[in-house]
Amino acid sequence: MLAVEVSHIVKSFVDKVVVNDLSFSVAQGEIFGLIGPNGAGKTTTIRMMMDIIKPDSGDVTILGEKLSESTKNKLGYLPEERGLYKKLSVLDSIIYLASLKGMDRHSAEEKASELLNQTGMLPHKGKKIEELSRGMGQIIQFIVSIIHDPELIVLDEPFAGLDPVNTELLKGMLIDLRNQGKALILSTHQMNEIEELCDRILMINHGRSVLYGNLAEIKSKYRSNSVLLEFEGELGEVPGVTEKRTHKGYVELVLDGNTTPQQVLERLVGTRIVVNRFEVATPPLNEIFLRVVGKTHE
Amino acid sequence: MTVIVPLIALLLIGVSQLVSGIARPTVEAATIGYVDELGGFQQYTSQGNITLVRFDTPEEATDALINGDINEYFVIPPDYISTGVINRYTLEKQLTASPAVTAVINNFLLSNLLAGKVPAATIARIEAPLNLVSTRLTETGAVAPEQGGYGNLIIPFVFSILLALSIIFSSTYLLQGLGEEKENRLIEILLSSVSARQLLTGKVLGIGAAGLVQVAVWVISTPILLNLASSSIGGFVSTIRLPANFIVLAVVYFILGYLLFAVLSAGIGAISSSSREGQQLIGVFTIPALIPLWFTSLLMFLPDNPVWVFFTIFPLSAPVEAIMRLGVSDIPAWQLVASIAVLVLSIIGILLLTIRIFRTYLLMYGKRPGIGEIIRSLKTG
Repeated sequence: MLAVEVSHIVKSFVDKVVVNDLSFSVAQGEIFGLIGPNGAGKTTTIRMMMDIIKPDSGDVTILGEKLSESTKNKLGYLPEERGLYKKLSVLDSIIYLASLKGMDRHSAEEKASELLNQTGMLPHKGKKIEELSRGMGQIIQFIVSIIHDPELIVLDEPFAGLDPVNTELLKGMLIDLRNQGKALILSTHQMNEIEELCDRILMINHGRSVLYGNLAEIKSKYRSNSVLLEFEGELGEVPGVTEKRTHKGYVELVLDGNTTPQQVLERLVGTRIVVNRFEVATPPLNEIFLRVVGKTHE
Repeated sequence: MTVIVPLIALLLIGVSQLVSGIARPTVEAATIGYVDELGGFQQYTSQGNITLVRFDTPEEATDALINGDINEYFVIPPDYISTGVINRYTLEKQLTASPAVTAVINNFLLSNLLAGKVPAATIARIEAPLNLVSTRLTETGAVAPEQGGYGNLIIPFVFSILLALSIIFSSTYLLQGLGEEKENRLIEILLSSVSARQLLTGKVLGIGAAGLVQVAVWVISTPILLNLASSSIGGFVSTIRLPANFIVLAVVYFILGYLLFAVLSAGIGAISSSSREGQQLIGVFTIPALIPLWFTSLLMFLPDNPVWVFFTIFPLSAPVEAIMRLGVSDIPAWQLVASIAVLVLSIIGILLLTIRIFRTYLLMYGKRPGIGEIIRSLKTG
């Protein structure tokens, strides 16, 4: 059963089409990246998935059925715009929002303490939300979105405003959740940030899909025909290499059309140099985005 | 609000007991001098707690006043019979003589003027000619179980004022809560957990339950407070007799009034961009709820005017108006039925309309839709 199946959804506000004929699916046990620049229609798409707003046309199926009150309890959602009841304590906030997801007080309290402990927030559980820093508030909201053990977790810009330590902590927790078989959707405009996490991606621009599929396949499809090399010694002429671009600490070797990176590696091993790093160059996601968008603009 | 109202009542009772406790001894100790330039005012010098002392000249009276032998004095001039003027002298700075002193002087003059001319019993009657005792009869001529009078009026009036205040407080509270949830975007988390209908119904019922607790606290504390008050305020409170159906109707109107303004506030909260804007908009609707209070005195003296029928049935003013009218006169059964029916229908109608627009505008931050836009979205829903 697919965690999410979105088919041909369209949404316009006033006269502007914000989401235009978008279709995608998310399987259980995968991290799915919904990426695109600001204003691409990511948040609107998520709100339609969450049944906060209705699409003008098209269908959304969540965990095999149309979203209903009972399915909502299997969803976890971290909205882009963050907010909690400022005057409420951390623990009470978590317990109240967990109760809306059908948890009883006792198990909510138990699970909240466990997650607060895991995130290092346990000493702050009695504090009011308004006393927390922005990043801490975000951790609390993340806890709220996963406390009820949802099968599908949708996180809109999950790393915005987090320091590197908390970013790593969150990434670790997301991978754990994926390994438990949960489906995760990460939406962000900072494409490079989620590259290492995502199994598949949907890249959207102006409400339309521009790239959709397995991240590794997409990257290999868009890889430039070059390798990155760090070495010690004198690098002479390498057959099949048309150009050597020197960067700080490494060299980029641009291959001719008939040579594969494997052949270059074999030839390098035959020379006297010591190879410290050999990497097939793949462009980062935002570079791929610029290339795709550039193409669609042409 | 719930507990504060009974506490304020308790405080007022305490203060009134204290004030009456302080005020009494000065009345007891008073001695008033007088100078009789006309002649013939010798009798009735002891009037309750106040003693009157005669002086021959104003100078003697002034000396006694300065020495503190008397509290004040008055002069009956030779032309008193034709002018009615009495000159009063005192060391105190005051607006006018106290009612007790005025009554004493009045009775002293009256009694002396009539002395020897009419019997003493007649003098007493002239001093207080009217002690009106009204009795309400039923259509069969028997004494009605519910008698009218100010005693019946006070509880409904106090209750209607409290209801109006509660409506304003609770609407503001709901709007503020919803406004905050919109402003800090918590509404998205709420809507990803519950439906717009559940969220709205929950808010309205929550406010309704708060109203119920409030009215329960007031109803329970009223008899206790009245018992406390009767020892100080005296006879007046003991005349309070609530109409038998009053409590039931008051609770019904209280709850319906609460619910009506809760659904209205939720609707306004949905379309307004901030809690402040919402509070300005709800004012348009809370003013009709207060209108019956402005016309209190008209209602007391003209209880049968058809205008009150309109206010009883018009849903926004119905709760406060109906509770007030119950204290003044009977409300015909058809008016009560019509009024409650209109209220219930309005609550359901506004709730349904609000659910339709709630989802559309809840996520529109920072911009309030125009009337035309709202009507369009009501149609498309």
